[in-house]
Amino acid sequence: MMQSQKEKAELIREISGVNPSKCMKCGKCSASCPSFQEMDIKPHQFVSYVLHEDIDALLESKSLWKCLSCFACVERCPRDVKPGKLIDAARQMVIRQKGADYLSADEIPELLDPELPQQLLVSAFRRYRR
Amino acid sequence: MQRIGVFVCHCGSNIAATVDVKKVVEMAALEPGVVHAEDYQYMCSEAGQAKIDAAIKEKNLTGIVVCSCSPRMHETTFRNAAKRAGLNPYMVEIANIREHCSWIHKNMEEATKKAVILARAAIAKVSLNTPLQQGESRVTKRALVIGGGIAGIQTALDIAEAGYEVDIVEKTPSIGGRMSQLDKTFPTLDCSACILTPKMVEASAHEKINIYTYSEVEKVSGFVGDFTVDIRKKARSVNMDKCTGCGVCQEKCPSKKTPNEFNRGLNTRSAIYTPFAQAIPNVPVIDREHCTKFKTGKCGVCAKVCQAGAIEYDQQDEIVTEKYGAIVVATGFDVIKLDQYDEYAYSQSPDVITSLELERIMNAAGPTKGHLERISDHKAPKNMVFIQCVGSRCADKRGKSYCSKICCMYTAKHAMLIRDKYPDVNVTVFYIDVRTPGKNFDEFYRRAVEEYGVNYIKGQVGKVAPQPNGQLLVQGVDLIDNKQILMEADMVVLAAAIEPNKDVRKIATMLTASIDTNNFLTEAHPKLRPVESPTAGVFLSGVCQGPKDIPETVAQAGAAAVKAIGLLAKDKLLTNPCTAKSDELLCNGCSTCANVCPYGAISYIDKEVNDHGIRETRHFAQVNSALCQGCGACTVACPSGAMDLQGFSNRQIIAEVDAICR
Repeated sequence: MMQSQKEKAELIREISGVNPSKCMKCGKCSASCPSFQEMDIKPHQFVSYVLHEDIDALLESKSLWKCLSCFACVERCPRDVKPGKLIDAARQMVIRQKGADYLSADEIPELLDPELPQQLLVSAFRRYRR
Repeated sequence: MQRIGVFVCHCGSNIAATVDVKKVVEMAALEPGVVHAEDYQYMCSEAGQAKIDAAIKEKNLTGIVVCSCSPRMHETTFRNAAKRAGLNPYMVEIANIREHCSWIHKNMEEATKKAVILARAAIAKVSLNTPLQQGESRVTKRALVIGGGIAGIQTALDIAEAGYEVDIVEKTPSIGGRMSQLDKTFPTLDCSACILTPKMVEASAHEKINIYTYSEVEKVSGFVGDFTVDIRKKARSVNMDKCTGCGVCQEKCPSKKTPNEFNRGLNTRSAIYTPFAQAIPNVPVIDREHCTKFKTGKCGVCAKVCQAGAIEYDQQDEIVTEKYGAIVVATGFDVIKLDQYDEYAYSQSPDVITSLELERIMNAAGPTKGHLERISDHKAPKNMVFIQCVGSRCADKRGKSYCSKICCMYTAKHAMLIRDKYPDVNVTVFYIDVRTPGKNFDEFYRRAVEEYGVNYIKGQVGKVAPQPNGQLLVQGVDLIDNKQILMEADMVVLAAAIEPNKDVRKIATMLTASIDTNNFLTEAHPKLRPVESPTAGVFLSGVCQGPKDIPETVAQAGAAAVKAIGLLAKDKLLTNPCTAKSDELLCNGCSTCANVCPYGAISYIDKEVNDHGIRETRHFAQVNSALCQGCGACTVACPSGAMDLQGFSNRQIIAEVDAICR
């Protein structure tokens, strides 16, 4: 069953336990974020995307996979909005929703990178394949 | 049998939109004793009160119930209306169907049901009401002002000018408060000391004002018009009459390592000190904790150099007991501690400072003689970053939920002053919102941007990292450009939130004055009684009530003075007749009530009684109705049910409960 944007936004709020209306748009999250440059949708924008129920854009965004889950934004958010939790929830949704393989064995050789710990690939493979 | 009238108010749509007012009238009319019931749009209006007046006279009412807003709002209004119609004002009961009903419910049917029940309880109570008479108490024509900052000074001056004696109790060695630490004041940029010191001098020279510095309020008892206050005059170790204020002792004092509180710890002071050069009184104190003489017994340099022989090491704290009619709290504020804000590196780098510290740096009498320089290496800064809202507007535990109100303006002031005096310094301000409501305030802020070229960036700073080269790396965000910013700064200035002085809790407890969750003193009514505490005879002046700037503080200080004068001008006060009373036939003299009484209003008398021919002496509780505030603690504590609160008797309360449960 296809979910509406509204339902998806509800789901993100539910999973994250975050009320995006509490945001005062100070930008502390984006100011703290170490992955800011890599992200297409910036941490502070994440909050307004959820608020405006523009969820599909979030689910397709690069930011989901660029967020390091360092939780600097969660720690420092003065309004208890904690954008990192929203990003985490969106990531969960993608993982739950598709039910498809995210990582197939064929892709792994391409991903190999001397700087990337192999352990990471192994655990990712375990987690994200069917 | 009572003849009761019930008056149900619509309060416009405040009540009528949620409560079926007609239904309440209909149901109330069925209650026993009710001979009249009606509703009206605004009962508190003149027309509404006329309806009450007419009904009392026409129907010979012996008691009335007004179903309306909280008794805190209009009980007095309706009591006065009843009094004018010839009814004892204590034969009036209020059923609160607004705050307790219509405002908190949505379902009309349920709300109406509840309103009927509340009305029923009030009717049951008024049926048992008895007429009460107000007593009288005297007014001591002297006021106490706690705190000697600009708020306290202004209040004291205004009260003294009206001809009443005022005492100021100030904790530190000098009056002047926060304002004496400031350099310039917004939005006119006039020098703070230049406008404050004349007021300090005026207060100290005023024949009606007596100043206790280096003193604290220790104990408060009594009530409105007749407070008794113990003031602890801490041992100054310097004779105030003999000292000439020459300052030689401070120069010669060998222990000069104590952090200077007045300069926010940016430099050090001697153990014998006055906080600043224009201190009033210009008499130093010995800080016994840091004085070598007091620590080791060896030194005594100050006594040797003092030509006037004013040094007295054997001085002791002294308790002064005074009586006052009114008390004004003007305890002011401090900036919050920043130890929870590691990301700004405040405790790691001396070049990350608070705005109040910058104020001392900019001040000609400050630690750098007014020269803008870094604390670490005394170099002139080239790039300065200001961060707004540090600890203000926070929903988390680290900061305060409120806006500190003054930071936007003082930051604009600092930025402007720096750009004016040092045009080669780049000033960047990170802000969330710029809030400038006030006369000439926004114009002032715009001038900082447009004429002085201050770089305002909408966004916050995530991190300040001290670099090995002494620079501060600032990582922030520009939300308008949607870019993260990385810049080097020589100094970072934090607009730290302000909070009430930490001693206010202690003082509020002594005064039984209420404070909110942020430790700001609560006003009796947020709009209509903003300078009065709900505790009678206690008034609020300055930031102890909520964040405000200097003009607002001075205005409020004057308002608090007027309220205090209004009280002092009276010769007698009418007392609340709803006080406790003990029944001699039931009292067994156990003294439980005296132990729980917070006002010390209960004493015991021995009385000879004739109990069926046996003469014996019995011990009875007796209530001093002038001291009793009618809190009811004794009536609950009394094991034999001998203590009763007039106007709120046990029978009346039970009748109310019965009416609710019926």
